[in-house]
Parts: sequence; structure tokens; C-alpha cells
Amino acid sequence: MSVFNVLGPIMIGPSSSHTAGAVKVGYLARSIFKGKLVKADIYLHGSFARTFKGHGTDRALVGGLLGFKPDDERIRDSLNLAKERGVEIELHLSDLRGVHPNTAKLELFGENKEMTIIGSSIGGSRIKIIQIDDYEVDFSGEMPTLWVLHKDEPGEIGIITSILGSYKLNIASMEVFRNKKGEVGSAIIELDHKVSDYVISHLQNMDNIYQVRYIEPF
Amino acid sequence: MQYNKIKELIDKAEQENKKISQIVIEEEIYEREIERETVIDEMKEHLKIMRESISEGLTPGHKSATGLTGGEALTLQNSNKSLNTPLYKKVIIKALAVSEVNACMGKIVAGPTAGASGIVPAVLITLTEEHEISEDKLIDALFTAGGLGEVVSKKATLAGAAGGCQAECGVGSAMAAGAAVELMGGTPQQVGDAFALALKNLLGLVCDPVAGLVEVPCVKRNGFAASHALTAVNMALSGISSVIPPDEVIAAMMEIGDLMPVSLKETSEAGLAKTETGQKIAEELQDF
Repeated sequence: MSVFNVLGPIMIGPSSSHTAGAVKVGYLARSIFKGKLVKADIYLHGSFARTFKGHGTDRALVGGLLGFKPDDERIRDSLNLAKERGVEIELHLSDLRGVHPNTAKLELFGENKEMTIIGSSIGGSRIKIIQIDDYEVDFSGEMPTLWVLHKDEPGEIGIITSILGSYKLNIASMEVFRNKKGEVGSAIIELDHKVSDYVISHLQNMDNIYQVRYIEPF
Repeated sequence: MQYNKIKELIDKAEQENKKISQIVIEEEIYEREIERETVIDEMKEHLKIMRESISEGLTPGHKSATGLTGGEALTLQNSNKSLNTPLYKKVIIKALAVSEVNACMGKIVAGPTAGASGIVPAVLITLTEEHEISEDKLIDALFTAGGLGEVVSKKATLAGAAGGCQAECGVGSAMAAGAAVELMGGTPQQVGDAFALALKNLLGLVCDPVAGLVEVPCVKRNGFAASHALTAVNMALSGISSVIPPDEVIAAMMEIGDLMPVSLKETSEAGLAKTETGQKIAEELQDF
């Protein structure tokens, strides 16, 4: 842990959890979605739903979706900026059930794709992404993170970790998940070091790897 | 940082005849595998933002989105009806200024949280100005503040939702007090005493914000917690020690936080949030 986690971050107020944390959720969602965003349906749950106006949680999430980091002053004006950039935003108050009180579900639409991401702000400005489409995940975005969709087959995880190992990338934590045996497996891999485009395309070019997303830490 | 106790920080500093800040800086360099200069520059950037938030809070016309807070740092600065305690007044003005900027969606340095972000800069920057202390020493003191807070985050909590406001403004005040003692030339032991004295006397502080917002009582509480830190600094520098050592105070804070009802931990289900006025404000803000 860094001292700047306690004397920091530099952020737009007023709340570490409801503002800075919300920016991070939006920002990570956008990194996972990758590509042009046309529309976002934002579902606020719990305390996010009750206090979003005073905390600017809506503006924070949208700011994150536009690629702003927690210290970006454009967050204050993000709703207008989204409009200018042709991103339609719809806000919904909802009950997502069984999730942390500070949680948002983001349904993101591109020109020909869509994706649903759920993230929670879990205290201070720390967050975690808990769901991507139908995949349960659990990562904070504090470390370089890879999300890999691969064929659910013996040896696939080994192939992925060997490739990473061959580039001297040390795995700090790894979590695998699948919805149905033999179909698609989802792996979240947190690494000690940043991952280059070269490594990402190596993974992407493997036969049994369907999709690779790289999420840079804040 | 490898240290889990304030005592370990104090012992290490005393053994090596260093300031606590130096130990914290060395740890940061080691853990993040970066150069000393990079670490110092990062803190300089944090200090710059702290100063900017103070100036911004003292420009006229600041009001939060809800209208509940803003402009009172300036009110205090412009008032000549205060006690003859210039240092205290300057500290309170800065603490309010930063907290008001925070409430207005301005840029601040969270420390230990956004809601308690006014305390550390108010105390340390004011003392530096008033006593003409060097910029380098101020940077060092900020590392000490951060290091003390890091121990609390490891051993207890910095979240109002988990420990009440004692974990936010209480710890902020203790971080400021300890760091200020180092800034004023106190020993590592005195840093620990100031930290313990400040935290000890804000134990039990609940988090019951009106309408769930970081405004009432949070903004003004930053002013109180900052002046509270000065009391601890005065005592510790004179050689008054804390009977209960800092690490035991942190443990007590966590125990109290655990025993504190959920209704008083950032849920706005009791206390000030449920006063007649508090509820009225919450209702008015519903359609806001």
C-alpha cells in the first residue's frame, strides 16, 4: 500500500466513495467496453440511488465513462459533455438486490455491441467490478488487470499463464469463472507489472482465446 | 509500508536517529520501486492541490449544489469579532475552505478521506506559514501524516461507514497533530503522543450526516478537528504524554467502531440526520 492511498487521492469532491469511487467504476467500465460509446443506461442502487444528486454520483459515473479520472474537473460538467460527444445517458433508480449499498449497473451500447457492467464503491475511493455481462468477476483496477474470455477446455488457463510468464509478467491474483462447462471461461488476472500491446495481441491471436481486455491501473 | 504499529515507526526512527517522515519515505521508495525524487515530487503535487483548494475556498461565491454549505471560510476570515487567537483562527479558516471546496465538487486531496480533507492541510500549512518553516520540512510532515494514517488503515479503518466519524475526522486530527509535532521539531515519541492525544479525545464520534451528504456536520467539523489537533500539539510539545499509547488508542477506536450501531455509521438513520431540521432538509432535497 502506498502512503498516497491515505494522503490522497487528488480528487473532485465531495465524497471518496460516492464521487471518486463512482468515477472509477465508470472509468473501468469504459476500459472494459472499449470503443465508441453511443448510449449508457445507468442504474443506481442503495445509497447511490438515495444521495446521488448531492454527491454528484451521476456526473461522476458519466465522467468516468467519458474517460475522466477522479481528479478531472470536467466531471462537474460531464452530463453536458456526454451530450456534446453524442453519448445518450439515461439514469434509473433501481434495486439491484444482494449487492453493496454503493453499487451501479451500467448498460453500455456501442454502434454494434452492448455490454453490462456492475461495480461497487466499497469504502474510501476503493471499488470493485463485480459483474461483466453474465460473468461474475472481482477486481479493483488498482493493479494492471487482464480480462480474458477463452474456450473452457483443459490446459487453456495454463496456456494463458505460460504466455504471461514468458514475458516475465508475474501474476498477483487470478480468478476464473464459467457459466456453462465446456463453453466460455472468463479469467481475471491481476499482474504486478503493466502489460504491453504486444503481449495483448499475442494472447488475442491464440485460437482458443476469444477476447482480451486490458485495464490499466489508475 | 511494512509497519503495522505506530510504536514500530517511533522505534525505527529513534534507533536510526531519523524523523518518522524519513522512515515513511524510505518505505514508499522500497515498496513502489521508484526513485526518492519521484516520491517527493508526488507529495509536492499533493501539497500544490491542497494550497489551491484553500485559495479556491476563500474566493467569494462558493455554494454547494444543495446550498447547505459554502462561503463560511470567507465569513470567518472577514470577521473581526473573533477571539485573540490568530493561529487558531487561521487554521479553522483553511479547514473550512478545503471542506467547502470539497462540498462544492472542487478538487481536493482526500486525507484520510474526502470528508475529512480539510484538517491535515489546515494545520500543517498554517504552522509552516506562521513559523516560517521550510517547504522541505512541510513535505516531510505530510509523509508523517500519511504514514500515521496508513497504520490506522491497516489496523482499524478510515471509513465512516465502518467506524463512524472518529475514523475520518478523528484520524485526520490525529494525523495532523502527529505530523505537526514533527514539523515543530518534536521527537518521534512526541509525534506518537500528539497522535494518541488527538485521537483519544475524538473517540466515539459518530457519522450521522444530514441527508447522507458530506456537508452537515462534516464541513464545520473539519474546523473543529483541526483546532483540536492544535491542542494535542501544544500538550505533546510541552512534554505531556498520552497515558494510553497510540496503538492501543487505535485498537480502542476500532472496538468502539464495531460496537457503534449501524444507524450512526454513515447511514443517516439516527442522530443529526434524524433531527427535525435534518429530516426536513432531507425531504426538501428529495426532489432536488
